[in-house]
Amino acid sequence: MNLNAISIKNLLRRKGKAAFVLAGLVIGVSTVVGIISYVEAMTNDINHKLEKYGANILIVPKTENLALSYGGLSLGGVSFEMEEIRQKDLEQIGTIKNSANIAALGPLVLGVAPVGQQKVLMAGVDFQAARILKPWWKLQQGELPGADGIILGTEAARVLNLEVGSRLSINDNDMVVSGILQPTGSQDDQLAFTRLATAQLIFDKQGQVSMAEVAALCKDCPIEAMVKQISDALPGAKVMAIQQVVKSRMETLAQFKKFSYGVSSVILLIGSLVVLVTMMGSVRERTDEIGIFRAIGFRKRHVMKIIFTEAAIVSGLAGIIGYFLGFGATKAALALFSENHSGLVPFSIELAGGAVITALVVGLIASSYPAFMAARLDPNEALRAL
Amino acid sequence: MSYIVADKLVKKFGKGDAAVAAVADISFQIEEGDFVGIMGESGAGKSTILGILGAMNAPTSGTLTVDGIDIYNLGQEQRADFRREFLGFIFQSFHLVPYLTVIENVMLPLAVVKAGKKKKRQMAEEALDQVGLLEKARRLPNQISGGEKERVAIARSIVNEPPVLLADEPTGNLDTQTTREIMELLLRFNQEGMTIVMVTHSPACAGYAQRILRVTDGRLAEEDTKIRSIERWERNERKREPRLSQDQKLMTGSLPIG
Repeated sequence: MNLNAISIKNLLRRKGKAAFVLAGLVIGVSTVVGIISYVEAMTNDINHKLEKYGANILIVPKTENLALSYGGLSLGGVSFEMEEIRQKDLEQIGTIKNSANIAALGPLVLGVAPVGQQKVLMAGVDFQAARILKPWWKLQQGELPGADGIILGTEAARVLNLEVGSRLSINDNDMVVSGILQPTGSQDDQLAFTRLATAQLIFDKQGQVSMAEVAALCKDCPIEAMVKQISDALPGAKVMAIQQVVKSRMETLAQFKKFSYGVSSVILLIGSLVVLVTMMGSVRERTDEIGIFRAIGFRKRHVMKIIFTEAAIVSGLAGIIGYFLGFGATKAALALFSENHSGLVPFSIELAGGAVITALVVGLIASSYPAFMAARLDPNEALRAL
Repeated sequence: MSYIVADKLVKKFGKGDAAVAAVADISFQIEEGDFVGIMGESGAGKSTILGILGAMNAPTSGTLTVDGIDIYNLGQEQRADFRREFLGFIFQSFHLVPYLTVIENVMLPLAVVKAGKKKKRQMAEEALDQVGLLEKARRLPNQISGGEKERVAIARSIVNEPPVLLADEPTGNLDTQTTREIMELLLRFNQEGMTIVMVTHSPACAGYAQRILRVTDGRLAEEDTKIRSIERWERNERKREPRLSQDQKLMTGSLPIG
């Protein structure tokens, strides 16, 4: 028989009350774990998408011309004089400090190609880099082009009335349509694509590129610093980060995080009040018993230890149950509402440890006043027998 | 110097003019191995005196020394240590912890004592053996009778072998036969050297004590020092039995109410 045995026996006797305290803390802890896991999953999801999808730094020649297009409507077409970047200069990008963060570099040569009575904007691209820069590209028909091949966006194929295998002549170069892209919902639907070298040959722009796309954005990439580094490396080019969407999503997520933590704090506070009220009730019910403990020579700290041990057992258990409940609930919620991203909620030993520690801290703090009250009980008053 | 010395003890409840003296200037001495009874009407201050002796109820003035220790000069926690090491308590209403078994209740004072599990269990078994309840060691308090509960309370009070036993109406809830058994048990402990101070209403129980302190309105009315007389107890019981029978007859209406 020791103090721990007294605590355990009391918990077993008052299962209902213990279960009530447990439930209060489990709800609090599981909600916090659920919210944190959900936010973590969302962050992972965004980072995953950012890493997976597309270019986010554009390198274009410095120009004195203003854009003559707005909202997809072009007033000036592409008839104005285009500046070019030397392809060799792009190699400088590999020397920047954060070059390791660059996933892909895609040079692009643009030119207007006459096809019958129509004109089409033709882009020469590096199809190897395009796999990373434009992962949403899917061929509806055909295959990637060879040296004399082109692929067409769906709109371009429709307007030009071309299909896979169609032959055409562009600036006296015989070309064959090797594939047609699935609709992308972007400007790519209206373009014809060929190999970079082929386009340079057709438009007589050997060693030059019209622009370049860089895929670099990942969660730890210092995008603005990278833009600066590339600008320094390519003084004749204008370097822009496409981060508006990313920033907005990150800001929304940050606001959601703040809101979630606020809600979690309130729930934890309510949980701690449940513990406080229940433990106070328990102490009042046990006045007689505590009086006996004090009368037979228990010190105040012995009484407090009994109360704290009970609180610690229930809180620790609540932390463990709360973590798994919150973890499971997040997985279930993501599976139900978010295109099966449940794999993005990994088991986190830090979060599990944090949940147990939070539950313990909340349980012990909420029990400190009842424990203090119990220890202060005057044995003579408590017993009213002597 | 006597083992227990109460000197000019005063205990007042309330403040100012409204203060009521439950104990008013009481002095007495108890020798080691004494068996002292404290008697008096309800509200006379008996339990307050016992509370003071039990290091649980600080007097408003006066001193209490036990074995040369000025008890109320000690801090609260030291008084708790004193209770654990020097005193055993027997309460009128048993005060057993309901979720602990008989043996666990007996082991309770040992819960904060540094000793091995085996040693504690052995001490508890010995105490239970002394009160004849070893075979019911694993039962819960609600599975034993009132007399047995009192025995468990006694076993708990002696498990750490305290030199002084304080008993507050130890037989108040018990029948005659059980009362006799309990008193004989206390007598045996006293004969083995334990100092016992017992509050009682019952003159029969008081008959086991060597000395009687009579308290009236918080004052020591008289001190009756006598030779313990079991014969007197038995004589009292013999007198009481016919009277009880008559009471019973009255209650059942077999005799006309005069």
